[in-house]
Amino acid sequence: MNSADMNSDVARGNMAIPTLESRGPAVGADPHIQVRNVNAFYGKVQALANINLEIPRRQLTVIMGPSGCGKSTLLKTFNRFLELTDGARVSGEILVDGRDIYAREVDETEVRKRVGLLAQRPSPLPMSIYDNVAYGMHVHRMKRSRKEYKEAVRHYLEIAGLWEEVRLRLHDPATSLSIGQQQRLCLARGLAVEPEIILGDEPTSALDPISALNIESRLLDLKRVYTTVIVTHTLRQAKRLADHVIYMYLGEVIEAGPAREVFSNPKHERTRAYLDGQF
Amino acid sequence: MTKGKLERRHVAEAFVKGLMYLSIALVAGSLALILLTVLTRGFPALSWEMVSKPPQGGYYMGKGGGVLNAIIGSLYLAAGGTLTALVLGFPIALYLETYLGDSPWGRYVRLSLDVLWGIPSIVYGAFGFTLMLAIGLRASLLAGIIVLALLELPIMVRAMDEVIRRMPVDLEQAALALGSTKLEVAVRVVTRQMLPGIITAILLGFGRGIGDAASVLFTAGYTDRITTSLLRPTASLPLAVFFQLASPFPEVQKRGYASALILTIIVLVISLGSRWISGRLSKYTVK
Repeated sequence: MNSADMNSDVARGNMAIPTLESRGPAVGADPHIQVRNVNAFYGKVQALANINLEIPRRQLTVIMGPSGCGKSTLLKTFNRFLELTDGARVSGEILVDGRDIYAREVDETEVRKRVGLLAQRPSPLPMSIYDNVAYGMHVHRMKRSRKEYKEAVRHYLEIAGLWEEVRLRLHDPATSLSIGQQQRLCLARGLAVEPEIILGDEPTSALDPISALNIESRLLDLKRVYTTVIVTHTLRQAKRLADHVIYMYLGEVIEAGPAREVFSNPKHERTRAYLDGQF
Repeated sequence: MTKGKLERRHVAEAFVKGLMYLSIALVAGSLALILLTVLTRGFPALSWEMVSKPPQGGYYMGKGGGVLNAIIGSLYLAAGGTLTALVLGFPIALYLETYLGDSPWGRYVRLSLDVLWGIPSIVYGAFGFTLMLAIGLRASLLAGIIVLALLELPIMVRAMDEVIRRMPVDLEQAALALGSTKLEVAVRVVTRQMLPGIITAILLGFGRGIGDAASVLFTAGYTDRITTSLLRPTASLPLAVFFQLASPFPEVQKRGYASALILTIIVLVISLGSRWISGRLSKYTVK
């Protein structure tokens, strides 16, 4: 199924994704995430140097660059995940909808609820398929009755394109799923807490090609509703997915802009070299 | 690569393998010997009366009765001690991992627990006795439970701690990424994932508690009656074994072995039972 089909699926309402109207300003309005003077260190090693960026709302932004360039580190600053690494420090401001998520009064669990993360390898929680999706909603007490939870679990499994495969085995261990199914489960689980932003840290790199394409097409669907930021080290994936591109090298942003412009006419020498495969 | 070198490596391999087989044989052999001794000496004296009646008049000179008082007493003591140690110890283990981690305080707490683990149980008994004198508690089931809880606590916490430390980081992060607090991760995710290991830790504590004689000697006392109150003394199987083996009467000595056999069977049944339970509970565990 290609992305055009998926999109029309959404348009026909076969997949009940929250309506666009209900989710704040439109595409192309003010940027959803603004990164200002961000530096990050692991101990004494600087991983990010003076990053200034804007992530457009409800588009799919791809961060690309060679290994060790700091793209995953940058991604982890968006959901306050970097601070979980021992010895990691972040300075600067990251504004989501204009508010600094590193401000003193901000609760990091709220940030992580608003900014979901799809990890490199799926890691299902040690519970059933159903409970994996319900987990976050329970933690945030988002529903009132068992019936509401049931409906929501089904809803998000449908959005993740997993419902038909698991509807008869919802109470089986999540680990009994294939790795590609697990990643879609993780997507459903992340969407269930109603984030505004989805981060993906090389979310297809552990998957077989077909599962990877499946996740890609989900992401292409979802970007209509969610601001999406994906880290990838494969240029081809970047070209397939990106509306907006950020190219990083050695902890710095070399170039950022609309995908069409960056891919067809990179302004910076380094970007050109990377796009030509000189790494 | 010369042939000589190769042979030396194979000799070394064979030698180490031999050592391992030897130590396994030693351990398995000792266990077999213990079981054999207890079985051959205790089994003939084992009767329905042994497990269904407390000592009657003249029991300690070879007349009728059994050790039901000690069986029930031991079960009360070990269950009470294990439960108390679990209630106190489980939060400690979670706190150690979730909040202290490998910090200096974490290392200090672990060191203290390791030292406590190594203290002989008679010292716990003596400590418990002093404590009882201070608060005016007499030798009783309650005092025995308290001391056993203290005795089991370090072994249980450290065993759980080692289990919880093996928690996959990915799993914790997955839950954090959904906006869980650390407490929610600990209670909802870590506990579920580590349940089989936690049950093993509880079992270790229970095993130490039910088999210990020295700590309950002063604190729980001994009685030929079946205990009905927390504030009355209670008998226990290890002490029953001890008293009966020390007897000059051969019949009573044999009953001592029979009591040891009963204790062994109880431990075996509880171990196998909890293994079975933890097997069922680990259905959702992420491998």
